[in-house]
Amino acid sequence: EKEELIEEWQPEPLVPPVSKDHPALNYNIVSGPPTHIITVNGNECINFASFNFLGLLDNEKVKSAAQASLKKYGVGTCGPRGFYGTFDVHLELEERLAKFMRTEEAIIYSYGFATIASAIPAYSKRGDIVFVDEAACFAIQKGLQASRSNIKLFKHNDMTDLERLLKDQETEDQKNPRKARVTRRFIVVEGLYMNTGDVCPLPELIKLKYKYKVRIFLEESLSFGVLGEHGRGITEHFGINIDDIDLISANMENSLASIGGFCCGRSFIIDHQRLSGQGYCFSASLPPLLAAAAIEALNIMEDNPDIFQTLRVKCEQIHKALQGISGLKVVGESFSPALHLQLEESCGSRESDEKLLKRLVDYCMNRGIALTQAHYLEKEEKCVPPPSIRVVVTVEQTEQELDKAASLLKEAALSLLN
Amino acid sequence: QKNGVSNGSLYKKTFIEHFEQAPMYVAVLTFLGFGVGTIFGYLRDFMRAWGLEKRNIAAEREQQKDFVPLYQDFENFYTRNLYMRIRDNWNRPICSVPGPQFDLMERITDDYNWTFRFTGRTIKNVINMGSYNYLGFAETDVNALKTVTIELQKYGTGICSTRQEMGTLDKHVELENLVAKFLGVEDAMVFGMGFATNSMNIPALVGKGCLILSDELNHTSLVLGARLSGATIRIFKHNNMQSLEKLLRDAIIYGQPRNHRAWRKIIILVEGIYSMEGSIVRLPELVSLKKKYKAYLYLDEAHSIGAVGATGRGVVEYFGMSPDDVDVLMGTFTKSFGAAGGYIAGKKDLVDFLRTHSHSAVYATSMCPPVAEQIIRAMKCLMGLDGTTQGLQRVRQLGKNTRYFRRRLHEMGFIIYGNDDSPVVPLLLYMPGKIGAFARRMLEKNIGVVVVGFPATPITESRARFCVSAAHTREMLDTVLNALDELGDFLHLKYSRYSKSSHPELYEENRLELED
Repeated sequence: EKEELIEEWQPEPLVPPVSKDHPALNYNIVSGPPTHIITVNGNECINFASFNFLGLLDNEKVKSAAQASLKKYGVGTCGPRGFYGTFDVHLELEERLAKFMRTEEAIIYSYGFATIASAIPAYSKRGDIVFVDEAACFAIQKGLQASRSNIKLFKHNDMTDLERLLKDQETEDQKNPRKARVTRRFIVVEGLYMNTGDVCPLPELIKLKYKYKVRIFLEESLSFGVLGEHGRGITEHFGINIDDIDLISANMENSLASIGGFCCGRSFIIDHQRLSGQGYCFSASLPPLLAAAAIEALNIMEDNPDIFQTLRVKCEQIHKALQGISGLKVVGESFSPALHLQLEESCGSRESDEKLLKRLVDYCMNRGIALTQAHYLEKEEKCVPPPSIRVVVTVEQTEQELDKAASLLKEAALSLLN
Repeated sequence: QKNGVSNGSLYKKTFIEHFEQAPMYVAVLTFLGFGVGTIFGYLRDFMRAWGLEKRNIAAEREQQKDFVPLYQDFENFYTRNLYMRIRDNWNRPICSVPGPQFDLMERITDDYNWTFRFTGRTIKNVINMGSYNYLGFAETDVNALKTVTIELQKYGTGICSTRQEMGTLDKHVELENLVAKFLGVEDAMVFGMGFATNSMNIPALVGKGCLILSDELNHTSLVLGARLSGATIRIFKHNNMQSLEKLLRDAIIYGQPRNHRAWRKIIILVEGIYSMEGSIVRLPELVSLKKKYKAYLYLDEAHSIGAVGATGRGVVEYFGMSPDDVDVLMGTFTKSFGAAGGYIAGKKDLVDFLRTHSHSAVYATSMCPPVAEQIIRAMKCLMGLDGTTQGLQRVRQLGKNTRYFRRRLHEMGFIIYGNDDSPVVPLLLYMPGKIGAFARRMLEKNIGVVVVGFPATPITESRARFCVSAAHTREMLDTVLNALDELGDFLHLKYSRYSKSSHPELYEENRLELED
């Protein structure tokens, strides 16, 4: 009888079939480097889609630093940090990042996604409480899932909602003070949100931190190298003492045009990750040529602090130029280099919205402006943002190009959205 | 003791693995060693708490002293008291290419490993027995890296976008086609980080209502991927096919734990070569089990791709099987190819599904072009597409080096774990005191080794792990072996009760002579 059961059981196929015209199946293939002028699917376009904010992707100095490192170290590191995978360039990069951000210590990861996804579970375990914004990016969500802590979502940038949750937690604590004494509490926010393009209200968060005794983890992937007078991120933007933030995590894949990520903060906090950060201990370290490129990029950022102002001016320009397109609304702060263009009126279903946006994007790509839709995994995200087109502003775009992009979008919207 | 093979007829060549148990007195002394360490640990903690001894660790901020403490005191007990004593054997910084020999930065400590400082000198030409450089592709030869240099100049170092948005370059397409051709499968997809390949794709393949059967000693990335997927996880004993068969039968007969509905699918997670044991997965038996019970097989070839098999195609070739037998072939490029990143290969349906649903394709940056070029040139070399036989020579040299190294260590009387053909060689040390002594003395002899203890290994089985490389010459291996001989006598590490003379059939001498 048992043999019959074994015979009869039929599993599902390993993967469900994917239809040939699934929107995400056919990638845009870029021939050559993804720099300011990019060749996508054969069309030469101006790049408004890669997060190359400071234009360091094809900077000659960065490339020559990487070449020198390639000659000396080869490509890979052939080992995790604990087993002869620590190179002097890694140590140098960590020191430079700590000095730049004015914190005690920094730790490098070899992949941007793994940075925050390994940092959160290193501190927050089962039974701890994490208050996280609804619009947090996917890497944060995965880190929270791996940590098995209690997650409490608060409405995006809504400090009253967060305060309500914190007060509720306080009343819970009074019922069970013994448990409360060992339950750690964290707030996880992003400096500049990838999904909505706005900043978190950091000064209010600091007040809440000291009032309710919660620690703050700040994810600065988009705001590192963008906000602040010297590019130090949102703490410099608001003028806050960096020691007030427990952990700052960022990835080097946006402004620093390298690969990898880092966390910085006080040694008390960062040193713990060297033994319990999974993406750090159990994974090979960053290839030295990428670390050397990141060091050179940091040098350029320190030597030319006026690029941040230039970037901000361009962001304001494009933000203004994109206002008033009929049918599309601009989502994001005026100084955010990564904006979203959403449909003012939805067509009904997410799928049809996405198809419409794809036609807009194709229209622009055929006429020389490379744009992309923001892609999400609808079933996996906690709160899926509405479909949108991502517009990225970089320091290399000239005024004419910004104007061209704006007018092309207006044209596309007029012809396709009516 | 040799491990018995249950279905011997499935194996085309002899499969010999060793997992010898040490004599009882060793276990007793090991526990004693840890016990003494723990007692001293309590003593020191007590003295630190009462201010009799200086506190060397960083402390919480004054303003945040009344927050809930970030770390439980006991969590760090092991780190503070046992790990700190021998901490100088890990995280040793190097300042050259991690080839068969490398240069270490000299660092000394003034306060018993709490802080280090660099003297500025380098220890040159230390023999490297620790880096995962199986085929010797970690090199700085200008000719070898010519194409990588060109691509670095052309493409730069970053991508700044995800695969689904603007991050798929023509280089990625070229690499994926090459990987598929190399492995003999329909299609492949590459990712920027090996660890992330597992932790981001297993959740895409399985979800709630599925069953994951994972080996006891699987790598952290597989465990994390399995946990993030939300499926039920059951563990079978390491490389033990009877344990796996029992779990499979129970799963199909009894269904899901609470409602007894049938499982949606069953997936078996195994590795090609296990990095702490040096054992090779029993693939023929596994494939026959999987076919009988209609489960899916996910094979993580992080250490075995390039390192085993007649032409370096991994465990599938090593056992003479076809790549169609394995449903999901996963591997990393960090070990044998001297680069970084991972891949998943298999049928076109599988890869298409991953292109649309993998977390990495949507949210994580793609692999950077110079690294992709390094993999392309290494793979072309292995496949012979660059016109030389260098690739095949490297694989053969690795096989020769592995067998020679293992044979000599057995002859000397050390306890070595693992399969005779695996380039990962764990040498058992057992006692905590010997871990530090072994690594430090080997460094004095100019040999860099990797030692591992609790919690990466069971508490009584601390070991030193050697990674044989195709770039090691016979002289280098002999230097290492002589040093090990001396050190083994000095530290009394030769626990093995079997030496060559009593069991001549254990050593395949005829096979070695044929290769030479």
